[in-house]
Amino acid sequence: MSFINYASREINCKIVYYGPGLCGKTTNLQYVYQKTAPDAKGKMISLATETERTLFFDFLPLALGEIRGFKTRFHLYTVPGQVFYDASRKLILKGVDGVVFVADSQEERYDANIESMDNLRYNMTEQGYDLDKIPFVIQYNKRDLPNAMSVEELRRDLNTTGVMDFEACAATGEGVFETLKAVAKLILIDLKKGQ
Amino acid sequence: MASPQMVMYDEEFKQINAVIDKLLRDANAKVIFLVDKNGQLISGVGEVERFDTTSLASLTAGNIAATGGLAKLIGEKEFSILFHEGEKDNLHISIVGGRVILVVLFDSRSSLGLVRLRVKKASDELTVIFDSLMQKAEEKEKSGATDFPFAEITDDDIDNLFS
Repeated sequence: MSFINYASREINCKIVYYGPGLCGKTTNLQYVYQKTAPDAKGKMISLATETERTLFFDFLPLALGEIRGFKTRFHLYTVPGQVFYDASRKLILKGVDGVVFVADSQEERYDANIESMDNLRYNMTEQGYDLDKIPFVIQYNKRDLPNAMSVEELRRDLNTTGVMDFEACAATGEGVFETLKAVAKLILIDLKKGQ
Repeated sequence: MASPQMVMYDEEFKQINAVIDKLLRDANAKVIFLVDKNGQLISGVGEVERFDTTSLASLTAGNIAATGGLAKLIGEKEFSILFHEGEKDNLHISIVGGRVILVVLFDSRSSLGLVRLRVKKASDELTVIFDSLMQKAEEKEKSGATDFPFAEITDDDIDNLFS
């Protein structure tokens, strides 16, 4: 849940990037990190294996600026995508304010996408959240690859609830900020409604 | 929702800082942080500027979450105290009132025994403050008091953040 600090006039929100292994969650964060002004970001932390697979999480704090005199900060987290890290994934969802599901557009990752989406829904429920009630967007990543499925197919099978979705190529940065802005905006609108 | 929204007001913030300031002196510690279980830094006293406090908060919360997961696996509710011993500096991490994490960084000028003793007393005081803070936040929510800064934001305000 977001943390509102009246003493230091800050609002902190947590965004989690979810998706199957190697879909580009960390790449999304790395691109955001590279393209953000130094004064607006903190250090990016990656708890990864020697082969650069995410072991626990990546973390990137972003300061977006002020709204009505309150500093607005977003903490971006990724989960480890590999199936057997499920226990860690659950922990990272604690206190989440918004979720980005990063899908791998490649045809051979179709099953992995479906499995990961089911896993997200299941883990959210287990943590006491309803995925349909919190800010949630989907990103179809790796659109530049020749074996990418059509967006229509992906949308039909992954975006069953009709949330906002985006095409992206995280390696070049295409669609990365569009996705982030969309989920951040949904969170702020939610905050506004919530009170 | 899974947990109520964490809110901090000026009054409680001052009380909390007074308690951890005293703990800093009593325990002869270098730095003390209070972190929300979700990884948000609540407050810090001591040589705070020497550290990347945001990263520290997120890693501490990750650490507590991971050990909490371990605890459940072996049938414990949680491990309420963690201790990390380094060559020079040590970290004493404890859970206060079930929802906040107290991090004490100390070196050879203090000792684990002293830190544990002082932390115990400070934890009780902090628990009282956080309980009343939660109660206050709930009451405000029920009464619909709208000193909430986001109640009147416009779409333009949000868009401006991203321009």
